[in-house]
Amino acid sequence: MDQSPASVVKPAEEPVSLFAIYKVFTYIGLMSFGGGLIPWIQREIVTTRGWMKLEEFFPGVALSQVLPGVNSTNMSVFIGNRLRGLSGAAVALAGMLSAPFVVMMIAVSFYHYILVVKPIQIAMSGIAAAAIGMIMRTGVMAVQASLTNVLSVTIMVITFVAIGIFRLPLIWTVAVLVPLSIAASWPRGEKPPVSPSDKDDANG
Amino acid sequence: MGDGGHLLTIIKILAPLSIASVGGAMGIYAPLEYQTVQVHGWVTAREFLDMLALTRFLPGPSSILGAVLAFKVAGFIGAIVAMLALYVPSSALCFAMSRIWVQSEGKAWHTAMKRGLTPIAAGLIMSGVLALFQLSGGKFLTGAVMVFAAGMLTWKKSLHPFPLLIAGASVFLAAWGVGLIQ
Repeated sequence: MDQSPASVVKPAEEPVSLFAIYKVFTYIGLMSFGGGLIPWIQREIVTTRGWMKLEEFFPGVALSQVLPGVNSTNMSVFIGNRLRGLSGAAVALAGMLSAPFVVMMIAVSFYHYILVVKPIQIAMSGIAAAAIGMIMRTGVMAVQASLTNVLSVTIMVITFVAIGIFRLPLIWTVAVLVPLSIAASWPRGEKPPVSPSDKDDANG
Repeated sequence: MGDGGHLLTIIKILAPLSIASVGGAMGIYAPLEYQTVQVHGWVTAREFLDMLALTRFLPGPSSILGAVLAFKVAGFIGAIVAMLALYVPSSALCFAMSRIWVQSEGKAWHTAMKRGLTPIAAGLIMSGVLALFQLSGGKFLTGAVMVFAAGMLTWKKSLHPFPLLIAGASVFLAAWGVGLIQ
């Protein structure tokens, strides 16, 4: 036994291994059938492993939807980069896509069969329904995180009404709302409570 | 019909779609169908729709359809090339943005973006819930399973979602068995 073990117990900032990143994203990619991708990422990355905080996760969700490309791959790149830079992003992306790719290559050989088996279709609808519920739960968490001030709530409602109800084109809607919302959220004067506290609130 | 020619065509068709797809795969179906069915005749319209249905069943982004079509015409290598063409361009762009994001940590505009993007995410996710619900036919059973799953996850935060998915499938199969849904 070395001396003073108590003063050195903080391995929290240890970098996450690339293999661990690949593994978790392969798992997420495999589990996300039915459509519940964002909640799976939130569960595995934020809740279970604590690799990222919710306050950074939700902006990541918005970014990955606003940027060109698929949400899931964008989200894996965003998180992978946060954890381990370029190699993290590459590994996360590869993980996210490898399981679906393999499954798809197998399935395409007998897709005629899959599509005519009615119980499979019914079961998939049931899975999809539960997956929407998962997304709803994450959505509610995002709503709660947005209940900070009137402006934030207003932006949220406008986004929902524009995209969800009126089905306005995403690209134009966010082109207007994102700059507006960011400008309105600018921490002017009010002294942001030292935002990068993410880094070292260990010895608070 | 050299395979090299096919591979080049695959890249030419899919790489632009990688960047063009803003907000999900819905937007790329039309150009993908035009190129692969009408222009290049890789698959018939019927096959295209079947494969589209397949991608909706299985895990992974719906745009993986592009790789399935490439597999049809150029085999495994074609599928790999298609995956790269579909996901590398958009991921490179996202990586650049993510990098800026991380590097700006602590700056005022990082804080502003963090705060500003959260309500947008909330609005987008809830819009997605609504859209998926309507896409599924908006049936009562769908709504019930959906609210039940959301409620369970709220009530028991540590609950693994997998049993919920199985429960959803079971409820639907049971309802189908007794003739409640078709």
